[in-house]
Amino acid sequence: MGEPVVVVVEDERQIRRFVRTALEEDGCQVHEAETASRGLIEAGTRKPDLVILDLGLPDRDGVDFIRDLRSWSSVPVIVLSARSGEEDKIAALDAGADDYLTKPFGVGELRARVRALLRRRGPQGEGSGPVVEFGAARMDLISRVVTRGGEEVRLTPIEYRLLAYLVANAGKVLTHRQLLREVWGPSHGDSPHYLRVYMGNLRKKLEADPARPRHLLTESGLGYRFKP
Amino acid sequence: MAEDQRPDPDALLERIQTEEARARRGKLKVFFGSCAGVGKTYAMLSAARQLRAQGRDVVVGIAETHGRAETQALLEGLEQVPRKEIEYRERFIKEFDLDAALARKPALILVDELAHSNAPGSRHPKRWQDVVELLDAGIDVFTTVNVQHLESLNDVVGGITGIRVWETVPDHVFDEADEVVLVDLTPDELLKRLQEGKVYLPQQAKSAIRNFFRKGNLIALRELALRRTADRVDEEMRAYRRSEAVKPVWQTRESLLACVGPGGGGERAVRNAARLAAQMDIPWHAIYVETPRLQRLPRKARARILQTLKLAKDLGAETATLPGDDAAATTVAYARDHNLTKVVVGRDHEATFWRRSFAERLGRLAPDLDVVQVARDREGAPLKETRRLFLSRDRSPWRAYAQSAAACAAVTLLATPLRDWLDLTNIVMIFLLAVMGVALRLGRGPAVLAAFLSVAFFDFFFVPPRLSFAVGDVQYLLTFGVMLAVALVIAQLMANLRYQARVAMNREGRARALYEAARDLSAALQPQQIAEICDRFMERVFGAKAAIILPDAQDRLREAGGEDGSVPALDTGIAQWAFDHGETAGLGTDTLSAAPILYLPLKAPMRTRGVLAIEPRHGEWLQIPEQRRLLDTFSTLLAIAIERVHYVEVAQDAVVKMESERLRNSVLSVLSHDLRTPLTALVGLSDILPLDPLSPRQQEAAAAIHGEAVRMSALVNNLLDMARFQSGEVRLNRQWQPLEEVVGSALQASAAALGEREVTVELPEGLPFVEFDAVLIERVLCNLLENAGKYTPAGAQVRITAARKERVMEISVCDDGPGLSPGREETLFDKFTRGRAESAIPGVGLGLAICRAIVEAHGGRIWAVNAQPHGACFIFSLPLGTPPDLSVPPEA
Repeated sequence: MGEPVVVVVEDERQIRRFVRTALEEDGCQVHEAETASRGLIEAGTRKPDLVILDLGLPDRDGVDFIRDLRSWSSVPVIVLSARSGEEDKIAALDAGADDYLTKPFGVGELRARVRALLRRRGPQGEGSGPVVEFGAARMDLISRVVTRGGEEVRLTPIEYRLLAYLVANAGKVLTHRQLLREVWGPSHGDSPHYLRVYMGNLRKKLEADPARPRHLLTESGLGYRFKP
Repeated sequence: MAEDQRPDPDALLERIQTEEARARRGKLKVFFGSCAGVGKTYAMLSAARQLRAQGRDVVVGIAETHGRAETQALLEGLEQVPRKEIEYRERFIKEFDLDAALARKPALILVDELAHSNAPGSRHPKRWQDVVELLDAGIDVFTTVNVQHLESLNDVVGGITGIRVWETVPDHVFDEADEVVLVDLTPDELLKRLQEGKVYLPQQAKSAIRNFFRKGNLIALRELALRRTADRVDEEMRAYRRSEAVKPVWQTRESLLACVGPGGGGERAVRNAARLAAQMDIPWHAIYVETPRLQRLPRKARARILQTLKLAKDLGAETATLPGDDAAATTVAYARDHNLTKVVVGRDHEATFWRRSFAERLGRLAPDLDVVQVARDREGAPLKETRRLFLSRDRSPWRAYAQSAAACAAVTLLATPLRDWLDLTNIVMIFLLAVMGVALRLGRGPAVLAAFLSVAFFDFFFVPPRLSFAVGDVQYLLTFGVMLAVALVIAQLMANLRYQARVAMNREGRARALYEAARDLSAALQPQQIAEICDRFMERVFGAKAAIILPDAQDRLREAGGEDGSVPALDTGIAQWAFDHGETAGLGTDTLSAAPILYLPLKAPMRTRGVLAIEPRHGEWLQIPEQRRLLDTFSTLLAIAIERVHYVEVAQDAVVKMESERLRNSVLSVLSHDLRTPLTALVGLSDILPLDPLSPRQQEAAAAIHGEAVRMSALVNNLLDMARFQSGEVRLNRQWQPLEEVVGSALQASAAALGEREVTVELPEGLPFVEFDAVLIERVLCNLLENAGKYTPAGAQVRITAARKERVMEISVCDDGPGLSPGREETLFDKFTRGRAESAIPGVGLGLAICRAIVEAHGGRIWAVNAQPHGACFIFSLPLGTPPDLSVPPEA
C-alpha cells in the first residue's frame, strides 16, 4: 500500500494550506477542494483514505455531504467545526463522520487524529484483531473473556456488547444515539441515562481511576470514544 | 347509570369555580339573633377565644360590649385593632379601622354589628362593605346580625314592631356567609335579662325601645329569625344533595321579574320578588321601562325609581333600565329574552273601561306569564310636582305665556276688520291655527292658555252681542265647547310632538357625539390624544370635567393626559381603589360617596386599563340612567382605545426588539466566523513553522505567535459566549447524568492548563444523577481548573469534591495556592474582574462571569471562599430535582 490519500474540503485557503503542510509532513498525498461539490468529485475520483471536511462550507450543508459520501463510501471523515456547534457536530457524527476537531486546533492534534483513523484502515489495525489490550485490561473477542491485571472481569451481556462496539470503533466518536441503537436496539434511542449507567459500570470494572478514565473517554454532550 | 342521574356538568363546573373562589376568600361566620340582647357578641367572643386557645391568629376589629361586664371580660387577652377617629360635625366618632385591619392581616378578625353605617368620610358607607373587603383579602371574619337588619325582612319587621331601622345588610351577604350560627333566647328569658339590666339600653331612646321589647314583638322576631335560619339550612341541604347527586331534585330554572313602575308599588314589588326568589332559590331581575312619557317625570319620582332599582340590586337582583314606547311590550320582551316566567308588579291604578291596568296588559300580551300583583304602598301616592323637563332648557315660562297671549290678541286684531267678510266659523279656524302655532313654538302650557284665551276673545269680540261675554244664540255654546276641545287636543298633540322631536334631537346629538368620539378614538395613537378626546366629549355632552388616570408598570396610578388641574380635587387613593377592585367609586356610589368626583374603572377586554375621573357640574345627573348608559358606553370606548394604543406600543416594542435581536445575532455570528477563521489559520500556520529548520530565535517567535493566537481565540470565545448569555439566547441541553463523567472530561480538557499540579477527585459513592448541560458544566469546571492553574504555583494541589446538600448538589474546586484577597469573594464574579489587578497572568476576567451565568442558568449558585490554612475554594451548586428511574432493566 502506497502513501495514504487525503482529501481536504475547506473554503479557507490558509487553513487548507497548513493542513496540507502538516499532512504532507506525515507522508500523505493531499488533494484540496474549495467547495462541497468539488469535494465530492475529489472523493469519488481520488479514492481517498481519509476526508477532512469543514462543516461551514458556503455551497452546501456538511451533513448532507457526509450522507452523500456515506451512500457509496465508508472512508473515514474528520469534520472541522466551530465551537458551540454541538448540534452540528452530533448531526455530522450521526450521519457517519468519525471524528471532529474544534477550531482553532493545533497541528499536533490534527496529526494525532489523522494517524488514529488511518491506522484503523490498515489490515493490522486493532479493530480486526482477536485480542485488544488497553491499560491493564485485555479483551479476547474470540473467547469473550475480559481480564484486568490477569484476573477475569465479569461483564453482563450488555456491558460486553457495549465494550465490544466501542473497541471495534476505536478512536471514533460514537454518539449516544449510535451506541443506544447498536447495543440496545432502535427502540431505546431516547434514554441516554441507561447508557451512562453502563458506561459508569464499565469504567469501574476496567479503568484504574474511574473519575479520570484513560480509555473509555467522555465527549461531553456528544457521546463516548474508546482510546486504546 | 341513567343520563339524568348525573350532576349537570355546567353546575359542577360552576360549583368548582365557586369553591376555588371561596378557597382564596376568607370565610364569613355570622352570629345571627332575633334582636339585641340575645347574646350574639358574647357568643362570638367565646368562639373566638376558643380558636385563640387553639393557636389561631385572632384579632378583634370592633366589638360593642355596651359596658356589659361579662362580655367585657371576654375581650381581655384578645388583641384589638385600634379604632380610627373620624371627625364629623365637630364630634369625633370612633370607627373600625379597615386599613389597619388589612395591614395587620390576621387569620381571623371579629367585626361586630354587620349592619352598622360608617361615619361619613369612611371608605365605605356600610360596615358590611368593609367586611367584604376583608374577606376578599383572604381574612376570615366573625360578625353579628339581627334579623331586623336583613334587607328583605326589614319592612316585615317594621310592620310588626312599628319601628323601622335604616341600617340594613343586603341578603346576599348573609346568604353567602359560610356559616350562620343562630343565637337563640326565649322571649321570657330575654325579658328577664332586660329587667335585670343585663341588656344595655341607651338612655335617650329608652321608652321607644321598651315599646319594642314587648313579648308579642319578641315572639314574632324570634320566629322570623328561626325561619330565616331554617331557610338557609334548607338551602344548604339542597346544595349538599345537588353536590352529592344522591337523588337529584330537579327544578326548572325559572326566574322572577320585578317591574318597577312610576307609581309607589315598585319598592314593595321588589321586596316581594326578593323574598319569593329567596324562598324558591331562583335568580331574579328587576327592570324599569322608561317610556317617553315617563322621561318627563318629576325629578323626585325619578330619584325614587332609581333608589328602588338600587335596592333591588342590593337584594341580589340583576337590574336594568330599558327604553321603550310600550312598557308592557318591553317587559314581555325582556321576560322572554331572559327566560323569566313570573312577573311581579305593583298595583298601579284601578282598571277603568278605557285603560287597563299594567298587570292586565301584561296578561293580554303574554298569557303564558304568571303575573303577581302586590299591594301599593300607602305613602306611594303619585308625587305631585310641577313637571319640569330635565332636558328642556326653555326660555322663561312667563315670557312664553305673554307671547301666547300676544298671539291671541294679534289674531283678534287681525280678524276684527275681516269679520264682515268672514263667517264666524272661519274666524274660529284662524284662532285654532294660532293655538297650533303657539303649541308648536311655545309648548304645552302657553298653548293651553292660548286655547282658553281664543275662546274668550272669540266670545268677547266676535260673537254677538260683541264686546260682552254674553251669548245671543245658545248654539254658540256648542261652538265654544268644540273650539276649546279641539284647541286643547291640538295643544296636547303639538306639544307632544315637539317634545318628542326634542328628545329625538337630543338623542341624535348624543349619538352623534358618541359616534364622533368613537371615530376620533379609533384614530388616536397616543394616550394624550385619547385624553384630549375624552376632555372634549365630557365637556360637550355632560358639561363635566374629566381626567384619565393610567397605571404605571407597577399598577400604581398616575395622572396623565389632561392639562394640569383639569380635575383639581382628584384623589389618587380612591382612583387606585377603583382600579384595583374594578368597581366604580366616589360620587354617588357605594364607596366614598362623599367625594366630589366619580371614578370609573376603564375595563377593557383584557384587563382594567385605567380610571376615568369625572367631576360633574351637578351631582344628580349621574343618577339619570340614560346619562349613565352613555357614560358607560363612552368609558368602554375609552378603555378599548387605551388598550389598543397599549398593544400598538407593545407591537412596536416587539418589532424594535426583534430587529435589535436580529442585528445582534448577525453581528455575533459574523464576528464569530470572521474572527475564528483567521485565528484558526494563525494557530495552524504558526504550528507548521517549526517543521522546517528554524533558528532558535525564529522558533521562539513561532511559539510566541502560536501562544498568542491561542490566547486570542480563548478571549474571543469568552467574549462571544458572554454576549450570548447576556442576550438570553443560550438554550440548555439538560440531561440526567453522573457528575464523574463531566469531571473526567473537564480534567482531560484542562490537562495542559494544570500542568504539573496534582489533582485529587473525591466523589463519594452513590451520588445521584444531576440534570445539567454537560458541555456548559464542563466549561465551568474547565474555567475553574484553568484559574487554579493560573493562580497557583507549580506543584500546588487541586481538589475536586462533591457533596449532596438537602436539595442541591455542591461541587467545589479548591487549591492550596495563595487564596483570594479578602472581601473580593463576590466581586470576582463580575465581568472584567481579575483575581489580581494588572498582574502578568493573562486573561480579561470573563471566566468566572461565564461560570456564574452558566450556573445561574441552571438554577444554581456559585461563590468563592478562602480555604484553611490557605488557598481558594470555588463552590457551585446545582438543583437536584427528581431523577428519572435509573434502575437498569433486567438483561435478557
